[in-house]
Amino acid sequence: MAPSFGYAQPHHLSEAFDILDEYGRDASLLAGGTDLVVGLRKRRIAPRVIVDLKRISDLAAGIEETEGRVCITAPTRLSDIIADRRIQGHFPALVEAARTVGSVQIRNRATLTGNICNASPAADTAPALLAYGAEVVLISRHGSRRLPLDEFLLGPRRTSLGAQEIAAAVDIPVPPARTGSQFARLTRRRGVDLATVSLCCTVGSQVTRFAFGAVGPRPFVLTDGSGVLADPDSNPAARTGLLRDFVAQATPISDLRGSREYRQAMLLALSQRALRTAIARRDRT
Amino acid sequence: MTQNLVTFTLNGAARTITVPPQTTLLDALRWQLDLTGTKKCCAEGECGACTVLLDGRAVNSCLVLAIEVDQAAVTTIEGLQNAGRLSRLQDAFLAEGAVQCGFCIPGMVMAAHALLAENPQPTGTEVREGLSGNLCRCAGYQRIVAAVLTAARGATGER
Repeated sequence: MAPSFGYAQPHHLSEAFDILDEYGRDASLLAGGTDLVVGLRKRRIAPRVIVDLKRISDLAAGIEETEGRVCITAPTRLSDIIADRRIQGHFPALVEAARTVGSVQIRNRATLTGNICNASPAADTAPALLAYGAEVVLISRHGSRRLPLDEFLLGPRRTSLGAQEIAAAVDIPVPPARTGSQFARLTRRRGVDLATVSLCCTVGSQVTRFAFGAVGPRPFVLTDGSGVLADPDSNPAARTGLLRDFVAQATPISDLRGSREYRQAMLLALSQRALRTAIARRDRT
Repeated sequence: MTQNLVTFTLNGAARTITVPPQTTLLDALRWQLDLTGTKKCCAEGECGACTVLLDGRAVNSCLVLAIEVDQAAVTTIEGLQNAGRLSRLQDAFLAEGAVQCGFCIPGMVMAAHALLAENPQPTGTEVREGLSGNLCRCAGYQRIVAAVLTAARGATGER
């Protein structure tokens, strides 16, 4: 098993900040633990103390909708996010993405904030959150700050989270009424497999966003504000050209899940399909 | 080494154990509580052999620290029997011949138990989805899915 470490179960944020003051980067924050415990066992991480966020009364699990934004706190489990009617209504592609994470057993423990903080290039929920324009709420003893997810994710296993900070929530703006979206993911097997390629497409009346996962050091988002992708009657060659430009931004590696060329080809094919589906969903609403 | 007191409900009875923080729920169940029905296989949340119910939900006990279940309720495969009788779901596994080597079965049964508690009449697709976190090295999936559907129909022992 993992080397020994201390365990703290603070009941208030102030206690958690005290521990972070003392241990800094030697402390690891625990929410669902589905990545953290594996990291401990494989000795990828060796914290001196683990800070369990699940019993902090001022950071309770929950989903709240206020003034056109939906806030999902750090301890909220993926299965509760998937089952939430507001999330299903506003962010269907996030539900599609969250449903692909691990398995039922994993989703019953894993959290959205944890998935983001783990900062895997293949994090299943990252493309949907990027395409919807999600922000991460970071709190410390001195206050709070918000970062667009695109700025929070720095690289493989690297984020902007400070040593004295806690990622307290993911906050997502509710898209305009006429928006369609889809998450797409290629894997070798359904369930407990990492994505070979993943993406999310959101289409409004003018703006189209694509976010790609597992095809670069971190998931990233691209925007077409010209209206070409959003218009199903625009010149097909222009649409394909734009999509090819987007896919060209990807820098996938070759590994056991697929070669670089295969990933690029699949990314284009899945992007074309996702765009069609997202437009169809938009025009149905 | 730091030891922590963990008090929780295990298969309906209150239990208190002393564990260092790095002990997983799986190891505590198998080595401290002698409940070896829960199997240890991949130990990284891929295979589902260690599935137990934590406050009614299926989880991989290899990814839960024992210390995290303080004040919670844990049900293992041993907790499904009632007065020495197997549950209807367990009977269905036997009736359908769903058990080959048997190593994955406790995890399969626990995942299926949680599925049926939430969705008493699942379709075949829903059963496959519900069990997608459980691997069977004998590839006996057809009969496992059939057993869960049989249990859902309430018709055991007919084949």
